[in-house]
Amino acid sequence: MNRATIDLWVGIFVAIGIGSLLFLALKVGNLSSSRLSNTYTLEARFDNIGGLKVRGPVKSAGVLVGRIADIHFDPENYEAVVTMSVDGRYHFPRDTIAAIYTAGLLGEQFIGLEFGGDETMLKPDETIRKTQSAVVLEKLIGQFLFNKAAEGEGAN
Amino acid sequence: MASPAALLRRLGHAMIERIWRLGFAARFLAAILRFSGVSLTRPQLTVREIYFSGVLSLLIISVSGLFVGLVLGLQGFETLQRFGSTEALGILVALSLVRELGPVVAGLLFASRAGSAITAEIGLMKTTEQLKAMDMMAVNPIARVVAPRFWGGVIAMPLLAALFSAMGVLGGWLIGVVFIGVDDGAFWSQMQSGVDFRYDIVNGVIKSFVFGIAVSLIAVFEGYDCQPTAEGVSRAITRTVVTSALAILALDFVLTSFMFRGSS
Repeated sequence: MNRATIDLWVGIFVAIGIGSLLFLALKVGNLSSSRLSNTYTLEARFDNIGGLKVRGPVKSAGVLVGRIADIHFDPENYEAVVTMSVDGRYHFPRDTIAAIYTAGLLGEQFIGLEFGGDETMLKPDETIRKTQSAVVLEKLIGQFLFNKAAEGEGAN
Repeated sequence: MASPAALLRRLGHAMIERIWRLGFAARFLAAILRFSGVSLTRPQLTVREIYFSGVLSLLIISVSGLFVGLVLGLQGFETLQRFGSTEALGILVALSLVRELGPVVAGLLFASRAGSAITAEIGLMKTTEQLKAMDMMAVNPIARVVAPRFWGGVIAMPLLAALFSAMGVLGGWLIGVVFIGVDDGAFWSQMQSGVDFRYDIVNGVIKSFVFGIAVSLIAVFEGYDCQPTAEGVSRAITRTVVTSALAILALDFVLTSFMFRGSS
């Protein structure tokens, strides 16, 4: 086996290896599509965030516009403070509502931004005023039973 | 009937022996790093070793990757069908390959295909006193023989693991989309939305890189340290494969527990 052949084969090998890495990065992973470019942060306060997680999606009209950067608890107001990094291409009015939705019946939870009609836009690091907490299934069932019981009393 | 003191002494001796070997391996790694200059100034030596450990492993890695992907596709479809979410087949196949199976199985194959060959080669060189002859000619055997093989393995391993994962994803696609008929768009889009570049792919590459270092070090060390007899060489090869397999699986657990803490 002479030197040129070995060089050729090693070249082919390295090209195949790097090709596989590119395939993984571009076709399998999300490097190509949903990279967010020069993001800015927005804040929102919720009474209850349910099962929301860091790195979860932020969507508007169903399109991914950002990711959840940080979640922490505010001990003064007993609220959850969610920091989102939103793609710099998108701006939202000041009366935007941030609501927590669930994708599918058992899917992951995400923040949906429902835009309002305000003319001024939210600036970076500003806080979204109007929020809607996650739906907690136990509360919902409890409320339903409570209503049923109230109906039953009314009939008597 | 041995006395308890003799038993304890034997246990202690075995323990000291193990620790001594571990320390020797660590010093051996330091020596390899110190004498790596030759592999850089004469890259032809390293390229040759990449050929032997990398290019010659191409076939076994790509064929096994394809078959692992085919099996994952079948088994994943079988299970996901019960929950009516067969579109998630892509993300299942891709995540299991990129995070775990790619680096681990490629590492195990690499240890048995290339690691054993390296041990046999160096062990036989030692048995036939070629290493000593080199020393006599003022050629440092660690710089000339050991370091290029080490670096060849370290460079080849991540590339082989990436190839394994890519072939596996293609295998899963082949079974899922072409043969069973899962929707092509859903297969790829679910995969792309679920596999994060930084979190999943880069961590997988880091894993395969660590496994490459571990397997290459074990292979060259066992070869260099073997008893210079025919039996000693065969024992050293066995130890290479066994120790590499254990090291890969144990390191995999440690790395996984640091990388994926289940927070997401």
